[in-house]
Amino acid sequence: MANVITITSGKGGVGKTTATANLGTALAQRGCKVAVVDADIGLRNLDVVMGLENRIVYDLVDVVEGQCRLRQALIKDKRLPELYLLPAAQTRDKNAVDPKDMIKLCDQLREDFDFVLIDSPAGIEQGYKNAVAPADQVIVITTPEVSAVRDADRIIGLLESAEKRSPRLVINRLKPSMVKRGDMMDTADVLEILAIELLGIVPEDDSIVASTNRGEPVALNGKTRAGMAFQNIARRLLGDEVPFPEFNNASGLLGRLWGFVRSRPIDFKARN
Amino acid sequence: MKLFGVLFGRTKTKSSQVAKERLKLVLVHDRIKVSPELLDTLKGELIGAISKHIDIDQAGLEVTITRGDKVDKLVANIPIRRSR
Ligand SMILES: Nc1ncnc2c1ncn2[C@@H]1O[C@H](COP(=O)(O)OP(=O)(O)OP(=O)(O)O)[C@@H](O)[C@H]1O
Ligand SMILES: [Mg+2]
Repeated sequence: MANVITITSGKGGVGKTTATANLGTALAQRGCKVAVVDADIGLRNLDVVMGLENRIVYDLVDVVEGQCRLRQALIKDKRLPELYLLPAAQTRDKNAVDPKDMIKLCDQLREDFDFVLIDSPAGIEQGYKNAVAPADQVIVITTPEVSAVRDADRIIGLLESAEKRSPRLVINRLKPSMVKRGDMMDTADVLEILAIELLGIVPEDDSIVASTNRGEPVALNGKTRAGMAFQNIARRLLGDEVPFPEFNNASGLLGRLWGFVRSRPIDFKARN
Repeated sequence: MKLFGVLFGRTKTKSSQVAKERLKLVLVHDRIKVSPELLDTLKGELIGAISKHIDIDQAGLEVTITRGDKVDKLVANIPIRRSR
């Protein structure tokens, strides 16, 4: 029975699709049977990031509407035999699907896969609700920037009120040089604010753009820093305890940050 | 670092620190519908009510909002003066 994991963010463009493609790839490399689902209906992208855009015949909406069988819409990856993509419809809008449809669809996928990864659209509207409805686990992805963290906080609040299992956080596009200069919030800063469990840190890496140009997820190349980061996240999803080499220098903080953070204090005090 | 700043003219606060502080403030409002003004009012009334009975350190009183897993909490930290 598969684990259904939704990757979401609130703010657009922070790396949901990149993360979905790479985690799918990394999990499949580890021998898991994985389906990645593009829930960004009308703005499909996961297909091009994975280099599978030429193979699409049917899409998610076709499956939901009964135009084809689920099996017919699933596209097999070029490189990894255990990896499949369910593409989004490009010419429809998000209202073509509702949360019930997504739950039904994922229940079908669960039977055949170890992991189902859902690439959520940005925002907190219908598309987001569709993507999150079937999730057993949610990964919230953010960059270390004010607006992205703010939106991540909003999503975390919504997930908590939807009584989903506490989401875990991936910080993307961290630039160690900027952190060092004091011009970018570091992992500890972001965790202090969002107070959820950390799942991974992905550095800013030009090889992401280069590999996306080719339609080859960077995780295929374990030598790149971003590829290594995604491999580490995949291992954590499989239950391995992988240290966070990315911020070892903050080792004193590690114990405090790592693990389940139960309360989310805000440093706001009434003025005198 | 701070001392350095004092000795060698003004240092600008790191932008990452500014980001963090701004986020903390904006999130108070995003997370809970309690305005800073309301917190101030509450604080004043708490001081009034409690100091009738107990000698408290009014300047040290803190009213904070904490967000937990299931519920948000209004936390008042009220230092009591020792009589000796
Ligand atoms: N760690 C990284 N280093 C460098 N570039 C990155 C990194 N992560 C993502 N990008 C780039 O950022 C852009 C946005 O990424 P992506 O499409 O994955 O975001 P998204 O959250 O799915 O966006 P949307 O909200 O539009 O669906 C892409 O051009 C991607 O190549
Ligand atoms: Mg996307």
